[in-house]
Amino acid sequence: MKSKLSIFGCLVLALLGYAYYLGMYAAPTEATMGDVQRIFYYHVPSAWTAFLCFFANFVASIVYLFHRGRRADALALATAEVGVVFCTVVLVTGPLWARPVWGIWWTWDARLTSTLILWLIYVSYLILRKFSSGGQTPVLAAALAVFGFIDVPIVYLSIRFFRTQHPQPVIGGGEGSGLDPVMAKALLVNWLAFLVLAVFVLALRYRLERLRQRLEEAHLLREEEAGAHEQAIEPQPVFEPGRRA
Amino acid sequence: MIKFLYAAYAVTWIIHLSYLAILGRGFKRVKDERRELGRK
Repeated sequence: MKSKLSIFGCLVLALLGYAYYLGMYAAPTEATMGDVQRIFYYHVPSAWTAFLCFFANFVASIVYLFHRGRRADALALATAEVGVVFCTVVLVTGPLWARPVWGIWWTWDARLTSTLILWLIYVSYLILRKFSSGGQTPVLAAALAVFGFIDVPIVYLSIRFFRTQHPQPVIGGGEGSGLDPVMAKALLVNWLAFLVLAVFVLALRYRLERLRQRLEEAHLLREEEAGAHEQAIEPQPVFEPGRRA
Repeated sequence: MIKFLYAAYAVTWIIHLSYLAILGRGFKRVKDERRELGRK
């Protein structure tokens, strides 16, 4: 398992290196924004990857609510955590791109606000899982995840339904939208690289959560055994003839 | 202008590497707990 992960890790690094070359050097410089537009090659792929992680979290949460399997629960937690990491990258790189281009770090338009709300929803999901100790925590978290996912299509569609400071979609945005083929290739390779990185990190996080679950089960078993042993050695009442209970 | 590009790039990798470090610490803690459980 470890060697497989190492080989996978090397592949991820190679793909990320190629994606970096395409985004930073091979793709042409954008005419109006200049080199700072290259933030696009990790801002947008990070957002798409976060959406996919949240979708996987949504599916895993539904599966958990129906079957109560611990694997689905572990997958839900792993996808939410990795999704939050990618969403954090989006929320940090966005203002760093906005400042030189728009002249402001942040504005409360529909896209930016709904993305911040999305991040807050999944951070609260993680806080709930971390600090709530009741037996119903995974069920409550799964319910929160199912309703929280409603914000993902809202974020995606916000730039189509509202007039925003954030640019309109460049892919599938109707007439006048579109990308230079070299830019499109750089974008797709970067997305693939971030997607593969997400799968790699997810595999690690899922493995860690399964180990934790097994450890928890082992602790419970140990406690039950200790309880049964104590009961077995508890002194039994002695029968004395002639003595009334 | 270019400093924003490099700052965004650096922040992206700081976030990813910090998360990987947190995962590494989690694996270490689980390993230690397993060893402790085996000793009891």
